[in-house]
Amino acid sequence: MNARNRFAGVVVLVVACTLAGCSESIFHAQGPIGAANSQILLNALGIMLVIVVPTIIGVLVFAWWFRSSNTRARYQPGFVYSGRIELIVWAIPLLVILFLGGVIWIGAHALDPFRPIETRDEPVEVQVVSLDWKWLFIYPELGIASVNDLVLPAKVPVHFSLTSASVMNMFFVPQLGSMIATMYGMNTQLWLQADQTGEFYGQSSQFSGDGFSGMNFVLHAVPQDKFEQWVSTTQQTGPALDAEGYRALLQPSQNVSPFTYRTVAPHLFDDIVTQKFPPGPGPQASGDAPAIRPAAGAQ
Amino acid sequence: MPPPFAQQQERNNVFGKLTWDAVPWSQPIPLVAGGIVIAAVLAVVLWVIVRGYLPYLWNEWITSVDHKRIGVMYLLLALLMLLRGFIDALMMRSQQALAYHAAGYLPPEHFDQIFSAHGTIMIFFAAMPLVIGLMNLVVPLQLGVRDVAFPTLNSTSFWLTATGALLVNLSLVIGEFARTGWLPYPPLSETTYLPGVGVDYYLWALQISGVGTLMTGINFVTTILKIRAPGMTYMRMPMFCWTALAANLLIIAAFPVLTATLAMLILDRYLGFHFFTNEAGGNMMMFINLIWAWGHPEVYILVLPAFGIFSEVISTFSGKPLFGYRSMVAATLFICLVSFTVWLHHFFTMGAGGDVNAVFGIATSIIAVGTGVKVYNWMFTMYGGRIRYATPMLWSVGFIVTFIIGGMTGVLLAVPPADFQLHNSLFLVAHFHNVIIGGVLFAGFAGITYWFPKAFGFRLHEGWGKVAFWCALIGFYVTFVPLYIAGLLGMTRRLQHYEVAAWRPWVLIAGIGIIILLVGAIAQIIQLVVSIRQRDALRDETGDPWDGRSLEWATASPPPAFNFAVLPNVGGEEPYWQIKQRAIESQQMAPEPAYKAIEVPRNSPTGFITAFFATITGFALIWHIWWLVAVGIAAAYAVFVWFAWRDVAEYEIPAEEVARIDRARRAARQQWLAANAPAGGPA
Repeated sequence: MNARNRFAGVVVLVVACTLAGCSESIFHAQGPIGAANSQILLNALGIMLVIVVPTIIGVLVFAWWFRSSNTRARYQPGFVYSGRIELIVWAIPLLVILFLGGVIWIGAHALDPFRPIETRDEPVEVQVVSLDWKWLFIYPELGIASVNDLVLPAKVPVHFSLTSASVMNMFFVPQLGSMIATMYGMNTQLWLQADQTGEFYGQSSQFSGDGFSGMNFVLHAVPQDKFEQWVSTTQQTGPALDAEGYRALLQPSQNVSPFTYRTVAPHLFDDIVTQKFPPGPGPQASGDAPAIRPAAGAQ
Repeated sequence: MPPPFAQQQERNNVFGKLTWDAVPWSQPIPLVAGGIVIAAVLAVVLWVIVRGYLPYLWNEWITSVDHKRIGVMYLLLALLMLLRGFIDALMMRSQQALAYHAAGYLPPEHFDQIFSAHGTIMIFFAAMPLVIGLMNLVVPLQLGVRDVAFPTLNSTSFWLTATGALLVNLSLVIGEFARTGWLPYPPLSETTYLPGVGVDYYLWALQISGVGTLMTGINFVTTILKIRAPGMTYMRMPMFCWTALAANLLIIAAFPVLTATLAMLILDRYLGFHFFTNEAGGNMMMFINLIWAWGHPEVYILVLPAFGIFSEVISTFSGKPLFGYRSMVAATLFICLVSFTVWLHHFFTMGAGGDVNAVFGIATSIIAVGTGVKVYNWMFTMYGGRIRYATPMLWSVGFIVTFIIGGMTGVLLAVPPADFQLHNSLFLVAHFHNVIIGGVLFAGFAGITYWFPKAFGFRLHEGWGKVAFWCALIGFYVTFVPLYIAGLLGMTRRLQHYEVAAWRPWVLIAGIGIIILLVGAIAQIIQLVVSIRQRDALRDETGDPWDGRSLEWATASPPPAFNFAVLPNVGGEEPYWQIKQRAIESQQMAPEPAYKAIEVPRNSPTGFITAFFATITGFALIWHIWWLVAVGIAAAYAVFVWFAWRDVAEYEIPAEEVARIDRARRAARQQWLAANAPAGGPA
C-alpha cells in the first residue's frame, strides 16, 4: 500500500507541484479532513494506476508491433477467443473494484461530512447561510456574524451548520477538505479543522446565478489569542444583524467586500432554516434594492 | 401605478411577452454572431433557390424517409452544432484566460448563457445526433435489411431534433438562453430567480427534441429486435448493432424520465406549481435525483454506440474478427443495466450520508468492470492482427488510451471522499470532456471517416484526416490536462472571473490547447472540401473500400434505396467476410440471383411539416403567445391525421431496375476480384 501511495503521490505531485506553487493544491491539506480526503484519493489513484499503466503500455505495444508493415509480427486471424484470457480480462477489473469498493465503503463512512471530528476540545460553532451572492457566517455562541470573511482559531475543530437563503450553493475551502451543499429549508453539517494558521481561499462550488463568481471568502485560521482578540473587537463595531438587517441582506448583490456584525438576533439561523423568513427574492426585487451592503452597513 | 399598467399591456399583447426589446440590440457579440448566421442561412437558401436545387432538396432529402439520407442529415446537424458549441467553448476559454483579477469581455449574464448553451448543444444537438446519425446510416445495412421499422417516424424524429436545435439557436437573437448550466437545477431555474425566457427556451427545445429521441429509441429497438436478414440471430449481430440496441433500450427507459422531470419544472414555471420551489413544500432535491436518473444513462446512450463503432473499426483494420465477441455482448448489456443504478454519484456532496454514498460509489466503480473488459478485448483484437493505420484506426487507438485515463479519473470521482474535494471542480469538467471527447467525439470522427465512402461513394482525404486527428489528440491533452490540475488546485467550474494566482497558468495553457483544437476543426473542414473536390480520385466503385467484414460492405456505395437487391443469407458472425472469402477462393462471385420487384416506402413531408408546427408551438409557448400555441398544436395534429389517412404508403421498384443497379455493382466487384486475385487470398 505504501509503495503504491508513494508511486501515485509522485505521479500526481510531480505534475501538481513542480509546475505550480503547490501551496494551493488539495494535496497540500491544512487540516485532518482534507489530509484524509486526499490520502484516499491517492490510494484510489495508486490502486488503479497499477493496472492502468500496464494496460496503456500494452495497448500501445500491441498497436505498434502488429502494424501491417511489421514483417516479424505473426498474423493470427483465427485468434478470436481464449477462455483463459477472458477469465483474466473479467477478473482483473473485478478484483480491483472489489479492493476499491472496500476503500469506498470505509472512506464514505469515515469521512462523511456530517461526522464529528473526535476531539477533547470544545468545537467552535459556526452557522453558514449562503445568500445571493455572499456568505453569512454566524457565531451563535459569540453573538457575532460576518459576511464573506471567516475567522477561526487554528487547531480547534469547527462544526458548521449550513443552509441557504435562496438557491443551492456549496461551501468549499479546498485546503481544509470536504465541501457540502447549502439548501433552502435544509440544514447540512460539516466538520473541518485547520492544523496551521494561515489564510485559505473559500468559495461556492455550485453555480448559483450571475453573482456566483464573486461568491468567495477568505478563511483566516489564527492562534487562539488572536481569535479572542478578533471576537472582542468585532463585538464592539459594525451594525447589528436583526430581522430587518437580514431582510436587507437577502437582496441580491455581487462581489461584496467583507464586513462584520457586532450582534446577531438570537435563533436567526433556526428561523432561516425553519423558513420563518421568505426565500431570497431574486432579481425582480433587486431593481430598487439598496446598495451592495445592507443599509446599516456603516464601516 | 406603472407595474400593473405594464402587466396589463403585456397581457393584451398579441405577441405575448415578445417585443422589440427581445433582440439584444445593446449586446454586440450575440447581435453580430446572430446577424452573420442569419446572413449565411439566407445566402444558402438563396443559392439553393437560384440554382434550382429546391425540388431536389425537397424530394431527395427533406421529405426522404430513407434511413441513409436521414442519417446523413443527422450527421450534418451534429457537425453544425458541434461547430456552434465549439465557438462557445472558445469564448469560455478566452474569457477565463482574460478574467484573472479582471472582468474579461463577457459579463456574467452573457457568460452564464454561453456555458449553459455549450453543454446543452454539445450533449443534445451534437453528440446525440452524431451517434443517432451513424446508427441510422449503418444499423439497417449491418442487419442486412431495407429500412428501419417505421421510416416516416424516423424522419419525424430527425426533424423534431432539428426543431430543438433551431429553438436553442434562436435564443441567440430573440431573447436569451438559460443561465443555469446545462441542467437547470431549481430553485435557480424557477421564475423567482430566472424570470426571463432563457429557461423556457431550454425546456421547450428539450421537450420537443426529446419526443424525437424517444421515437428514435422505439424505432431502433423494434428494428433490431424484429427486422433482421434471414439467418441473422442475435449472436450473429455486429457489435455496433448490439451497442445500438443497448443504447436505444436506455433511451426508451430514460427519456420519459427527462420528459416528466422537465414537465414538472414547466408546471412550476407556467402554472405556479410547487414541485421544486423553495416555498410551499417544493423539493429541489427531487429534481436533482430525477434529472440524473435520466442523466447518467444518457452518458451510456452516447458512449455505448461509440464502443460499437470502435469495435467495428478495430476489427476491420486489424484484419481480424472482434476478440471475445460474446464477452463484449455481455459487457455491453452489463453496462446498460448497471448504468441505471449509479445516478446519485452526481451529488455525493448533498449530504446523503455514508451508507448511501458508499453504495452508489461502489455501483459506479462496478461499471468500470464492463468497460475494462471491453478495453482488453479491443487490445486482443489487435493482438495477432495486421493493423492498417487509416484515419479511423488512428482515432481508435487514440480513443483507447484517452478513454482509459478518462475512466480512471471517473472512478476516482466515484470515491466519495475524493469527490468531496473534486465535485464541480475543473477536474470533473476535464473528466467528462475526457470521456465525451475521447469517447463519443473520437468515435464520431472514426465512424464518419469509416462509413463516409458507404454514404457517398468516395473516401475522405487521408492526409487532412490525419492532420485533424493529431491536432484533436494533442489539442485535447493540452486543453484538459491543465484543467485536471486546476481542479486539483481547487478551481471550481463556471467561474466568470477569479482571483487565485495559482490557477492562472493552467487556464492559460488550456487556452493554448483549444487553439490546437481549433486548427483540428479547421483541418476537418478542409478535409471535407478537399475530399469533395477530389472525389473522382477518391472514388470507391466496389462498395468495400476498407476490406470490411459486415453486411454494409456487401452493397454498393452509396447503396440503392432498397439497400440489397436480394436480402443476404447470414451464416455466421461475419457474413460479408464469408461471402468475400468464398468469392476469392473460387475466383467467382455467387451466381446472379433472380431479381424481383421491391417495395420501398414513399417519401413523406409529414416529419418536416410536423416539426415546422412544433417549432411554432415551442416558440409561442416560450413567449406566451397562447393563440399561436393553439394554432401550432392544431396544425401539427392535422398533419398527423392527414398522414394516418394516406392511401399509398409504398412504391415499387421494378425488377429490371433492381437488376440494372445490382449488375453494375456485381461488375465492379468482379473487376476487383480479377485485379486482386493473387494478393487477396489469405488462408
